[in-house]
Amino acid sequence: MDWVRGLGEFTLLTREAFVSLFRRPPSFKEVIYQLYFIGVKSQSVVLITGAFTGMVLAAQTYYQFHRVRMDTAMLAVVGVGMCSELGPVLTGLMVAGRVGAALAAELGTMRVTEQIDALRTLATHPVDHLIVPRLMATILALPLLTIESVAVGILGGYSLCRMYLGDYATYAWDNMTKYTNVSDLVTGLIKSVIFGAIIALVSCYKGMTCGEGAVGVGRATTEAVVFSSIAILISNFFLTLVLTRLLG
Amino acid sequence: MIEVRHLQKSFSGHRVLDSVNMRIEKGESVIIIGRSGGGKSVLLKHLIGLLHPEHGEVLVDGQNIVRMNERELIEVRRKFGMLFQGAALFDSMTVAENIGFALQRQRKCSDKEVRETVSEALEMVELAGIENKLPSELSGGMRKRVGLARAIVYRPQILLYDEPTTGLDPVISDSIDQLIISIQRKLKVTSVVVTHDMRSARRIGQRIFMLYHGKIYAEGTPDEIFASQDPVVNHFVNGIAEPRQHLLDDI
Repeated sequence: MDWVRGLGEFTLLTREAFVSLFRRPPSFKEVIYQLYFIGVKSQSVVLITGAFTGMVLAAQTYYQFHRVRMDTAMLAVVGVGMCSELGPVLTGLMVAGRVGAALAAELGTMRVTEQIDALRTLATHPVDHLIVPRLMATILALPLLTIESVAVGILGGYSLCRMYLGDYATYAWDNMTKYTNVSDLVTGLIKSVIFGAIIALVSCYKGMTCGEGAVGVGRATTEAVVFSSIAILISNFFLTLVLTRLLG
Repeated sequence: MIEVRHLQKSFSGHRVLDSVNMRIEKGESVIIIGRSGGGKSVLLKHLIGLLHPEHGEVLVDGQNIVRMNERELIEVRRKFGMLFQGAALFDSMTVAENIGFALQRQRKCSDKEVRETVSEALEMVELAGIENKLPSELSGGMRKRVGLARAIVYRPQILLYDEPTTGLDPVISDSIDQLIISIQRKLKVTSVVVTHDMRSARRIGQRIFMLYHGKIYAEGTPDEIFASQDPVVNHFVNGIAEPRQHLLDDI
């Protein structure tokens, strides 16, 4: 029954965090600090992931499409794939690994050293001070990181396109702009906002409810990454179904 | 005034507090003694609403805080300051940021006023000039003093101390005791101190409660407690372990 209680606590924490986000917005300074840590510092890992994913996707598509003489369609697949699926999902997973672990470890350590209790004794709600700035920063950072990832993914794919097709790569580019719609990018951005919220809330929840000692913090860190990643993958499936129907 | 009625708390099926009743008057300096793991800190955390009991009430100035949610507790907690066993300083902040935290959050003071109040609080705990140091650069005794400065900076009415001298050498312990006494006199606060340091208890307390097997076993002035002929109280205040009959039989 522990997981039912956990689910209930997580739901209440989510509600508290969103109510606080709108009623008691965090200080600008705190959000900027978190945005730097969560967004700016995650760029390298997200850019590398995006670029190589775009290139792999382009290479695989080229080899398959070449057989049926559809070489110039390869970049359209990269564009649609990166915008609506791979960009947001891989960015979410990479940020869950990097930021989710750090958030859970930071809050977990604060919990076991009684710093969260100290916050409460200083008449401060831990959700207002610890979770809301991180939630806001992650929700803002994820779409920006996703755009970067998609951009470098498409550029990576295009560079491979030039290698395989030479000057015909222009046709591939033309096909990409023709078949990649704004709705694909919007789908990806909506997903990334939701993934950002999932990462921040799951990781903060795991940190704030971690067990005692170093073992407790270690377990919370692992669970934050695993649960965030699984939640991203599962929610992505349902979001794809819903958003495809809504946005076409 | 704080009143505790029939407080009951268990962890993993083990009852730590079993119908605890106590009353702390305004301006009083009260000590809670008892064996390690006996529920002293648990009782202290109930007074400020950090823990919620299974049964019982905690009344702070007549308000039952047990039924309050975290948001409602914020107002009640403005009356309290608390010094934690490990000081619980925010390790990502400097000493000045730690001490000025509550004032900054309330947004009632200008930055200059906060700086001045922080310096005053540091002078009160005899640590002037360490505003820009990080908690990791401080010794155990200094951390406790900074924790104390953070607890008193916004002039609370009630101060809670969770084992203020544990882990400190006798000289530093003595200086912490003196600080607690001086703050009690200067700020006229109600003090509740959890300790198993009997020397501290005798110096700081006006009244002592002894927690034993989850209940308030004895209550009285320091003189009454130290003169008690009750074997449990007597063994505790004199630091005598309970004899193990089967070991004696073996011998």
